[in-house]
This record gives sequence, structure tokens and C-alpha cells, in this order.
Amino acid sequence: MPITIALAGNPNSGKTTVFNALTGSRQHVGNWPGVTVDKKEGQYRKDKNLTILDLPGTYSLSPYSAEEIITRTYIVEEKSACIIDVLDGTSLERNLYLALQIMETQVPTVLAVNMMDEVAARGDVIDFARLEAELGVAVVPIEARNNKGLDVLMEAVYRTIEQKRKPKHLEIYSLAGKVDEDTLADRRYAYIQSLMETCVKKTGVQGVRSESVSDKLDKVLTHRFFALPVFALVMYMLFAMTFSENFLFIPGLPSPGIALAALVETVWGGLTDVVSVFLENAGASDWAYSLVVDGVLEGIGAIFGFLPLILVLYLLMSFLEDSGYMARVAFVMDRIFRRFGLSGRSFIPLLMGFGCSVPAIMATRTLDSEKDRRITTLLCGFMPCGAKLPIFIMFVSVFFAEGNKTLVLFFLYALSLSVSIVVSLIINRIAYRGQVSNFLMELPQYRLPKLRSVWIHGYEKVKGFVQKAGTVILAATILIWVLSNFNVQSFTGQNRLERGTVLSEMDNSFLASVGKTVAPVFKPTGFGAWRPTVGIATGWIAKEMVVVTLAQLYSEDVSEAYLEQYFASMDADALAELGFSDGIYSPDEAFDIYTEAVLMEGGDEHALSTIHADIPTKQAALAYMAFNLLCMPCFAAVGAMKRELKSWRRTASAVGIQMATAYIVALLINLIGSLF
Amino acid sequence: MTLGDLRPGEKARVLKIGTQGMLRQRILDMGITPSVEVKLVKVAPLGDPLELTLRGYQLSLRKSDAALIEVERD
Repeated sequence: MPITIALAGNPNSGKTTVFNALTGSRQHVGNWPGVTVDKKEGQYRKDKNLTILDLPGTYSLSPYSAEEIITRTYIVEEKSACIIDVLDGTSLERNLYLALQIMETQVPTVLAVNMMDEVAARGDVIDFARLEAELGVAVVPIEARNNKGLDVLMEAVYRTIEQKRKPKHLEIYSLAGKVDEDTLADRRYAYIQSLMETCVKKTGVQGVRSESVSDKLDKVLTHRFFALPVFALVMYMLFAMTFSENFLFIPGLPSPGIALAALVETVWGGLTDVVSVFLENAGASDWAYSLVVDGVLEGIGAIFGFLPLILVLYLLMSFLEDSGYMARVAFVMDRIFRRFGLSGRSFIPLLMGFGCSVPAIMATRTLDSEKDRRITTLLCGFMPCGAKLPIFIMFVSVFFAEGNKTLVLFFLYALSLSVSIVVSLIINRIAYRGQVSNFLMELPQYRLPKLRSVWIHGYEKVKGFVQKAGTVILAATILIWVLSNFNVQSFTGQNRLERGTVLSEMDNSFLASVGKTVAPVFKPTGFGAWRPTVGIATGWIAKEMVVVTLAQLYSEDVSEAYLEQYFASMDADALAELGFSDGIYSPDEAFDIYTEAVLMEGGDEHALSTIHADIPTKQAALAYMAFNLLCMPCFAAVGAMKRELKSWRRTASAVGIQMATAYIVALLINLIGSLF
Repeated sequence: MTLGDLRPGEKARVLKIGTQGMLRQRILDMGITPSVEVKLVKVAPLGDPLELTLRGYQLSLRKSDAALIEVERD
């Protein structure tokens, strides 16, 4: 007969480690209806009939936050067979508070006191038998990190289920509802204190914690002068491990992130080659070939291409989070963030957004309030991620003179931060008036995270992302492919007559028609032409695509003659470095190399000369960059948003706000810029 | 005097919690109840929030909230 038990406990108590140890990889992440909280369920490795539910970490069952409400409702209403409360043995006093509230519900409970290795290291001794006698529930010592005590724990769980053993009904449980909250909390803690006195023996002077390793670390890591520089260093190393192409300052040595990404690209490239050859030989029609190779494979390839980067960045962040360091970062940054209605915890996701929005949005799950999660997720889209950079670099080189380039880039970064602040303030004022972001946060002991835990954690998150967001991304990419390769003449047969293929040029495709229809909307922002408009749309597949698409649309400027002339003055070494095989110029490779190695790196100031007709002024160019910076992020990021916000409605409203913000800012830039 | 008036390293006993609503419940749940002993460990590098030790663990609390908690120095 299938049984369900649930795991409860404070955040940082090691509850997730217990869950992972008990369920292995047999986990499934779903939704709690209506809230942005993950619902994790798994099967006990040793008994398929036992389902284990991982309730959100909470400090109490007071019905105020989503996590507390979910946990309380589940425990009280679901009448589960047994609740395992995981307690951190090193802060037993506070952990017992939740335990008391759980036992008060009289649902069969087992207390698992975790981190016994740290308890022993401190020299504390816990009298488990006495605790069990006082509370009327099984109390089991465990070390989840080292897989110790879990079998004994599960034996106790099975026994408790069989006997339907309810916790002893303590006097303190009758107080609820009869006294006010202050007194109730006070009495509960008073009881806990007496329990601690009889059941726990602390070495060292009574009541005084001796300086632990954590305290020593904090002396440096939250030190008045050292905290920020140390943090900057840590984040630099994080980004270097993910994105650096000259890792450890060794030229050409790729970082783990880049190496993995290159591997994936090579494998996928090989696969694409195999499939394209197969299709050619099988005599596939040109549109089928294009659909598979340029649409599907390209689309999936785009996702797989940056998956390694997402994974590495997310794993490193999880490692830092589980070590306890991120709590210190939030502690240090809180002062700044509370000014705009958020808390220090929002700093980390937003910082990650400078690399890539996808793991940044995934990281918002660590925020403990619904409001903060939603606002921060939205703000991640405003961050200048790595893919948006090529747009800026190209435009800056084409539109702005030498002296201004750095200034413009700096302006764009400053813009993204200022817009984020303003939008956060506005949303707080309008939608969450009166709700204060709290910053009552435990600073957990520093711990060396188990690599296996970090890996499971990261892998599950990324896998979930691929499964859920993957379909959205693929569908959207194919849609754009269809729109950019077909037009009315595809269906009337005219294309086949005139050009021998059913496909159209991007210039007269549906996408171009849509672009021409929509373009007037952008007249006030200075770039009211169809080609820049189409560029924005393809940017939603991946922001770098804006540059690639513009190169395709302004194809007269990137003609064979132009390319030949551009590369003519380079010697074999220079050509080889840019990517030409054997250092010899070849027309076949020229377009791609020009787009990727030259345009995206700002290597040609005279690039795309026709663009100046569509984007006539500097302020219009700035407005275009600002629009691309702030508008809806790429489909992958939108997919991540949906996954964190849990509903299409919320995702749509977030995207709506991003688009509105982008338009208003672009408009202001164009208008104000024309005054100078 | 309030929690916000303590200097790093000082210990005090809580007398009364003056905050309201959800924050008040949270503060109580985290163990800041009348008569608990707390110690101010440090102030964050930018001046806010505060780091306290109580009931065997470390808690961070904003100055504005600490100012509403009455204490008596040990």
C-alpha cells in the first residue's frame, strides 16, 4: 500500500541532503498551486511504495509566508503517515521551535538531529533517550552529509507509522489560542530552554559559544574593509571559471564552462553535418532540409550551446550558496538593496544576469519572499548579459567615434542598473504597497558542500529547465524560421517558378512583412524601419542573432565584393586567426567569419553602411541598443521565467512590463538625445 | 534602550518587542522573545544590517527593526 511521508525542517538544516540521500535520483520537481515554490517528491530508494515529499524549509508554522502556509496546510490537512523533522544539531534551540509546532499537530513525527559530526566537534552531548521520553517521539542522530544514521532513521519512521505513534500531548500545546503570540512564543522557547538544560550538555562556559571556524571566517569575509574586495574576487573567479577564454591567465586555455560548451558545439556540429548529408542523399526537398537543418537543429543547437555555461555557472553558485557564503554577501549588500524595495538576497541573481539570465532567474528561488522572487526575476531581463554585448560592440563601432565608445558602453550598463532600480521602486509602490521586504536572515555555519549534493541539485534544475523551457524555445525558434523563410509566394508556387525553391529570401518573407507593418511603431524611438525591427525579433532566439540578422538583411553591404576587399589587406596569419582554414580567404567561409569575428567584435567601423539610412542619428542608435537591452529577453530566459513564476499569466505580465519599459526608455533617449 | 543602541561585542537581555504584524511574528519565531539574551556581533560593512548571536546561532536584523526592540544591557 503506497505511503507518503514528508520532510520538514529549518532552511540550512540539511533537509535537502537527507531528501537526496533517501531518494537518490528518483526525484520529481513540480508546483505547489498558486505560488512560486518548488514541490519536490521522490521515491525512497529502498521501498518503491514509500513516497517522500520535501516540504519547503521554514522556521515556524505561523501562516505568513508561502512556505509556511504550504508546510502548515500539508501537515495539518494531509494527515500524512509520518513527518520527519530534520533539525540542525548545532542550533538545536531554534530548531526545536518548529519541532514543537509540528508535534503540536499530533501527526506522527520523528525528529532527525542532523550534523552530529559538528555537534561532536564542539564537544556537545545530546541525550537522545531523554528527549524521546520527554517528547514522545523517536529522536534519531544522523549525519546526512556522510550518509550516517539514515537506515536507523527509516527504521524509526516505519515503526512510528506501524504504531501510529502520536507525539506526547505536552501542556504547552494547550496554550495555543489561549494566549497572545508573544507569550506563546516565549513559553515555547522557555520550554525548549528547560529541555536543552536537561538533555543537552554543552562544554565550555555555560551559554557562551566559543569561537568556531565560522566565526573566524566571518572576521575576514564580513570585515569592514575586506568584505567587498573578497566578494569581488570570488565573483570574478566564478565568472572566469564559466566564461573565460584565457583561464588562469594562460592564453588560449579555455575555462571549464567554455571547454564544455566547445565540446557540445563540436558534437552538435558533427551531428548536424551527418544529418544534412543524410537529407541531401535522401533527396529531401529544400524546405524540409532547411526546416531540419536551419530550423530544428539550429534551434536545439542554440539551447545546447549555452547549456554547459548555464550548468557550470549554476553549479558554482549552488556551491557558494550551500557553503553559507552567499548569506554573507546578502548581509553585506542589503543596505543598498533595501533602498529600492528589495533585499540583499536579490544581488546574486542580478549579478549572475551579467553573465546569462537563465541561471540568474533560476537563482531567484533562494529569495524568501514571493514579491522579491517575482520582481527580481523580471529585473534579470534588464541585465546586460553576455549575448547582448555583441549588439553594443557592433553599434558602438559603427555609430560612435573613437573617444566615445567606452562612455557609451558605460552608459548602457549604468542604464540597466538605473532602470532596474526605478522599475523595482514603481512595482513595489503599486503592487506591493505596505509590504516590506524583510531581512531577518540566519547566517548559517560555513560548511563544505558535498559535491554530490551540489551536482544533483544543479543537474535537476538544468534538466527541469531543458524539459520545460526546451519545448517553448524550440517552438519559438521554428516559428521564427518559418516566418523568415516563407512568404505568400511560397504557397502560390511563384517562388518555385522564379527561384527554383519554395523558400523566400528573408527580405520578402512573412517576417519582413510583419516587420514593415510594425516598424512605424518605432518611428518615435528613431529606428522606425523594418530591418532593425526584424533584428529585434530574431534577438529573441538569442540576443547575438540581432547582429547576424542585420548582416543578412543589409546583404548589399556584405556582398562578396565587399568581403573580398575587406579581407584583402590581411596576411595569412591574420586570416587564420579570424578562422579561415589554412589562412586562405574563401568566399564560402567569409560571411560567417565576417559576422562572428568582425561585426560582433566591432572590427569594421564602416560596416553595414545602409544602416545609417534606417537609424539616422546617434541617439536613435543608442535608443536601439537600449531597446534590445531592456526588452523581453531571449526565449530561453522567458522559459526560465515561466518556470520560476509558475504561470503563463505572470510571465506575460512580466514580459509586458519589460517591453513597455524598453519602449519608454528608447523613446526618452531618442527625444532627449535630439536636444543636443 | 533598544537593540539598535548596542555596540559590537555587547550583550543584552530583550524586554519588549515593539514591531507589528508579520515581522513581529517572524522575530518571535526566530527566538527573539522577552527575556532572551542576545549579543551584538558586528555591523555590516555598509552600516546596516546587524549581526546578532542568540540561542546558539547567528541572525541578521535591519537597524530599523532593531530600533523597535527594547533591551537591557547585561
